[in-house]
Amino acid sequence: MLELNFENSVLTAHLSGELDHHTAAVIRKKIDAKAEILKPKTLKLDYKNVDFMDSSGIGLIMGRYRNMALMGGKVEVTNVPPHLKRMFSLSGIETLGVIK
Amino acid sequence: MKIKNQVKFSFPAKSSNESFARSAVAAFLMQLDPTISQLSDIKTSVSEAVTNSIVHGYKQEGGLIYISVAIDENSLVTIKVRDKGCGIKDIEKAMEPLFTTGGEERAGLGFAVMQSFMDSVKVRSTEGKGTTVTLKKKLSYDL
Repeated sequence: MLELNFENSVLTAHLSGELDHHTAAVIRKKIDAKAEILKPKTLKLDYKNVDFMDSSGIGLIMGRYRNMALMGGKVEVTNVPPHLKRMFSLSGIETLGVIK
Repeated sequence: MKIKNQVKFSFPAKSSNESFARSAVAAFLMQLDPTISQLSDIKTSVSEAVTNSIVHGYKQEGGLIYISVAIDENSLVTIKVRDKGCGIKDIEKAMEPLFTTGGEERAGLGFAVMQSFMDSVKVRSTEGKGTTVTLKKKLSYDL
C-alpha cells in the first residue's frame, strides 16, 4: 500500500494497490507524520503501482500540495499509469504543475 | 427492457466496505465479459457513490447502504446505490465539479467522475430521508 523513502531532502511515497477514501486516509496520515519529522523539500508521490483509484487519489495530492506549501516544500507526482490518465485529466490537477 | 439477472445487497456504511462494494458489483458483471476498462469505469463510479453515502449521507456516523445491480436483455447495466441518510439539499450544487462539503481531503469530483465514466447518472434525494444514485452503462461491443 505504501513505502516511504527519504534521500537528499526528498521524501518519496511509493503508492500501490487500491486508492480509495478508506486507504487514502491511512496513507495520508503516514505521509504527513513522516513529513512533519523529516521536513522534506520535495514530496514525491509515485503512482506507478496504483492498480485502482477513485477521486480520493486526487484528494490525496491536493491535501499534500497544501501541506507541503505550508512547510515551504513542493509536491511532485510521478509515473501516472495509462489507466489512471482519464481521472487525472478530468480532475484538472495538471494545472497545479505537480505532474512530472 | 426485461431484466435478465439481478442482485441486491446491503452493508454497513463503513469506509472499510468501499472495496467490497465495488468488487461485488464487478464480480456480478463478469457474466457479461466486460473489458478491463469498462469494469474499471464501473468500479470507480460505484466507489464514488458509496463514498458519498458514507461521507455525506451518513456523515461518517454509520447506517446501511443498499446496492442493486440489474442486467437487461440488451446488456444495459443499472446500478442503484441508496442510503437512508440526510439527503442532499441542492442536487445541482452537489453535482458541480469541485464543489464539496467534505473538507480538504475531498476533491469534489464524485459526480463529475460518475458522469464521465457512466452513460447516465440520476440522483433522487429527499432531505432527511436519503439519496438514491442510479448509474447506467451499456456493456456491449456493437459500437
